[in-house]
Amino acid sequence: MDFIVLSLIKAALVAFILLTALAYLQWIERKVIAHIQLRVGPYRVGPHGLLQPLADVVKLITKEGVIPSHVNKLFYLMAPWMAVVLALISIAVIPFGPQITVGPITTWMQLTDLRIGILFVLAVSSIGVYGVALGGWASNNKYSLLGGLRSSAQMISYELPLALAVAAPLLLANTLSFRDMVNYQAGYWLGFIPHWNVLPQIIGFVVFLIAGFAETNRVPFDLPEAENELVAGFHTEYSSMKFAAFFMAEYANMVTVTAVATLLFLGGWLPPFPEPYSDFVPIIVFVVGGLIAIYHGLNPARRMDKYTLPVTGLVFLAIAALFGLSLFVPVLKTILMALFWFCAKVGILLFIFIWVRATSPRFRYDQLMRFAWTFMFPLAMLNLLVTGLVVALTSK
Amino acid sequence: MTALIFFIFAGFAVFCAINLVAQTHPIASALSLIGVMGSLAILYLQLGGEFIAAAQVIVYAGAIMVLFVFVIMLLNAGAEGTSLQVSNFAKYLGIFLLAAFLGLISFIIQSMLPKTEGVVFGAFQGGTALGIGRKLFTQYLLPFEVTSVLILIAIVGAIVLARKEI
Repeated sequence: MDFIVLSLIKAALVAFILLTALAYLQWIERKVIAHIQLRVGPYRVGPHGLLQPLADVVKLITKEGVIPSHVNKLFYLMAPWMAVVLALISIAVIPFGPQITVGPITTWMQLTDLRIGILFVLAVSSIGVYGVALGGWASNNKYSLLGGLRSSAQMISYELPLALAVAAPLLLANTLSFRDMVNYQAGYWLGFIPHWNVLPQIIGFVVFLIAGFAETNRVPFDLPEAENELVAGFHTEYSSMKFAAFFMAEYANMVTVTAVATLLFLGGWLPPFPEPYSDFVPIIVFVVGGLIAIYHGLNPARRMDKYTLPVTGLVFLAIAALFGLSLFVPVLKTILMALFWFCAKVGILLFIFIWVRATSPRFRYDQLMRFAWTFMFPLAMLNLLVTGLVVALTSK
Repeated sequence: MTALIFFIFAGFAVFCAINLVAQTHPIASALSLIGVMGSLAILYLQLGGEFIAAAQVIVYAGAIMVLFVFVIMLLNAGAEGTSLQVSNFAKYLGIFLLAAFLGLISFIIQSMLPKTEGVVFGAFQGGTALGIGRKLFTQYLLPFEVTSVLILIAIVGAIVLARKEI
């Protein structure tokens, strides 16, 4: 019974944090793109547009959900639901940290550890394409259909290099479980270089990330929804919450891809510096961030800045104080450090996703396919072969 | 609990399999087939074949069926009309005859099979990636390699057939 209650609490916590993060990821994306393009981005709703995600949610819920008369109703309604469920389910096997003991309870910072966790994520992501393909087909609209077709062709093509890139670190660690994968990456070469898979597997990491862009239908691989050729691609006929479901699925897929990249290549929740030094990094980061915010609050560039930025700075300093406090409370330290490093790595990768979106143009369709089959696939294959050879020669 | 899960997914697999044949629209049939494969994966999982279950979903439901759906969408195949005219009498008689036939078949199979103990969920432990890999590269190495050559021949054959001039 304890197990069920504990799992329910963990699931509720993870679901709440994930959904909030998805809403704010969209805010962050708009802000980052705006700043790269020298704009301010969302600014009107709440301080610095912080309540914009909430306003968007209210808007999407209260909008009229139009169902066009020419659609295949069953599949039309099923597609967004499929897309979002399959996108959110992967989080169940993602570990956020090590085993923790709070009072009498000992548990992992993970919903469940499958022995085939990595295969599970691959399987779920390979089914995820049906949401997009089906939505495009059921809309009974030529632009939607083209979007759905492109999506399925793109997914099949990029699944291969993705899977081959994943296989190489699996060979090194000799496991299919995320937990063991991270444990394998613990430790340091020469005492200070982290023992992460990204160093021997730099080619695999890059291939994985590029294929990840394609799997999540993000720029420069966003051909399924290329708005200057296909109106809006597969979701042209979708409105209201059905559109929001596709939108959420895209962001959830981004989080999944970056989390998997973090776990497979970047050492998951492990810090990049040896133990005593890594403890001070979050404190320094938050103190510096807080001081910068306070400085800009005292020299405001805009009218509201003199209220919002000092508050942000104080919040940052409070977080820094929490991290400082955690140095004396072992349980808190384990939780906070793991979460900090995991979120930092996932956040940096997500930033790269957004950065690329703000700066690169879209591939042409034939370029996309040629790139997958003549460059990515052979490269990933070669990487896997070399890794296999090295593992075979070095293991007993 | 395991029995309950088994019956739910076995029932779902049978339902999807019947639906696959009964549907007139190719996309609906393809989706039913995906349902069958997904349910089978759950059954494999219950029997302890976790790697097979994952491979089932990745390869069949995730890759092969995506290609199926892709081709159906590309050809824009519409619903097929039923060209078969069947009288009501034949329909009702057919149900009884089919039930009798299936009962007979299952009886014969059951009486032919040697008496063994029933399958116990969770008893089989060799379904991990390690176990499968070991079997595949020791005991079943020859069939494995022969199959891979066969698939290669099939790919080359398909390309030769599809492109007249190379």
